[in-house]
Amino acid sequence: MSLTDLTIAQAGAKLAAKEISAVELTTAHNVAIAALNPRLNAFITTTPELALAQAKAADALIAAGKAGPLTGIPLAIKDLFCTEGVRTTAASKILEPFIPPYESTVTAQLKAAGAVCLGKANLDEFAMGSSNITSGYGPVENPWKRHRSDAKLVPGGSSGGSAAAVAARMALGATGTDTGGSIRQPASFTGLAGIKPTYGRCSRYGIIAFASSLDQAGPMARTVEDCAIMLSGMSGFDARDSTSAERLVPDFRAATARSVKGLRIGIPAEYRVEGMSAEIATLWEKGVAWLKDQGAEIIDISLPHTKYGLPVYYIVAPAEASSNLARYDGVRFGKRVDGEDLIDMYERTRAAGFGAEVKRRIMIGTYVLSHGYYDAYYLKAQKIRALMLRDFTLAFDKVDAILTPTAPSAAFGIGEKMDDPVTMYLNDVFTVPASLAGVPAMSVPAGLSAEGLPLGLQIIGKHFDEETVLAVSAAIERAAGFSAKPTLMAGAN
Amino acid sequence: MSLDTATVRRIAKLARIRVDEAEIATLQTELNAILGYVDQLNEVDVTGIEPLSGGAQMAMRLRPDICNDGEMPEKILANAPDRAGEFFAVPKVVE
Repeated sequence: MSLTDLTIAQAGAKLAAKEISAVELTTAHNVAIAALNPRLNAFITTTPELALAQAKAADALIAAGKAGPLTGIPLAIKDLFCTEGVRTTAASKILEPFIPPYESTVTAQLKAAGAVCLGKANLDEFAMGSSNITSGYGPVENPWKRHRSDAKLVPGGSSGGSAAAVAARMALGATGTDTGGSIRQPASFTGLAGIKPTYGRCSRYGIIAFASSLDQAGPMARTVEDCAIMLSGMSGFDARDSTSAERLVPDFRAATARSVKGLRIGIPAEYRVEGMSAEIATLWEKGVAWLKDQGAEIIDISLPHTKYGLPVYYIVAPAEASSNLARYDGVRFGKRVDGEDLIDMYERTRAAGFGAEVKRRIMIGTYVLSHGYYDAYYLKAQKIRALMLRDFTLAFDKVDAILTPTAPSAAFGIGEKMDDPVTMYLNDVFTVPASLAGVPAMSVPAGLSAEGLPLGLQIIGKHFDEETVLAVSAAIERAAGFSAKPTLMAGAN
Repeated sequence: MSLDTATVRRIAKLARIRVDEAEIATLQTELNAILGYVDQLNEVDVTGIEPLSGGAQMAMRLRPDICNDGEMPEKILANAPDRAGEFFAVPKVVE
């Protein structure tokens, strides 16, 4: 088997047994990136020399018997995580020259575990988007193709570069961040597993902020077990994040082997949205049958405020974004465009540095927080957010996890769904509620569309019960037996 | 609620984003589409509901109010577009 086609678990076993070296594994990935990235644009910045140096250090750790499950594992890092000495752009032109003088907690933990950084993965600008089209560094192409078509498809977003890199075998795994679905929807579009853990599980320190009450880091990989391995490395309390949870990190990998026998799985009526495609509905029914076959009990539930998730999100997230992005003013870091005076300099800098979607969201956020509109929009949205959390709390009195589709469709073409901003927003209809409630949720590949594109199912769990989410996801993964591979991948041509 | 062009200009000013006259009409349409979409929240009765501001199910932690970091002006200024000594430099504000 090709080195780029291994899972993290397989690569870890081969490294530990000294069948392969970390340098060989990293070199194979550097070669894959050099061949495929010019086409797919999954990385904004590649770091082949840094990766080799880290791989050498990993080999030394392995030789010294000090290796862990992530030692020598080559990863893509979403370009939203600050990496000391390595340019970090958030896919925005406003941060084009930014070289962080510090490291995010999540990437520092991965480094300390001996993981290898292959480069900084492309994303929607400031993680605002569901298609990777808003990146200031060009869109990412999905390595998957429709049957008999070479049309370029989106990899989803915002963690679309992370998704494309892992799907195309340019990395064994990747970090992502998820504010309203930015790990789960691209995972679904590219045939990967990806988990947004409970809000507070992974430190937000050093992750460029979009919407602070929603942003959460998580892993994307080709198997549920690989996600579990990465999640253990990324999680844990951090005093530098005021919302970091003071909780022990459980053995996530062990949870993937748990049986789902006797687990109560909720099927929310409100996710059967009007106009749901027949193939998504069928896939969802298959997921129900797979879990039933493995001994889970299926229970119909209601999450009555589901339909308000997207409108709440499109008030709360822009409001927080308008505040967080106020820091980009051309004074302390990033790009500056000179003006007639200080205010003119701010306005010209922000006009030139931000793309259209980021400007729209800042302006919506500014409006809903402005005098006279705060109560009507922002406060109202926060109250409905409370009702959505209550929906989940009541549901979790009756069930252990919830099963839904991840996204309303398979990957779409670059340039589609661009008619107006709201059409694009509808991509996140199934993922946003879990983000607003702060509960963990995972997408797992479950099948192919009629056109041959991957489709995911979503498993939502209770606060800090990622273990059940991983167990149910692994059960779906086993039953689905998803083995399809994308058209464009290392070793395929 | 529908935004007129004067309000769009006012929001851009508050957001410190320079907007050309030619962009106003497009922005107005797009922002109104978003606000039109979120208007459905008016259907929901929120009487007596406390707002939920955060994702964390916990009280905020406190720490002693002491300085625990600093003494790194070069690191902090390394990304500055303009500097004067150990300060960020900006265009003159007062004559």
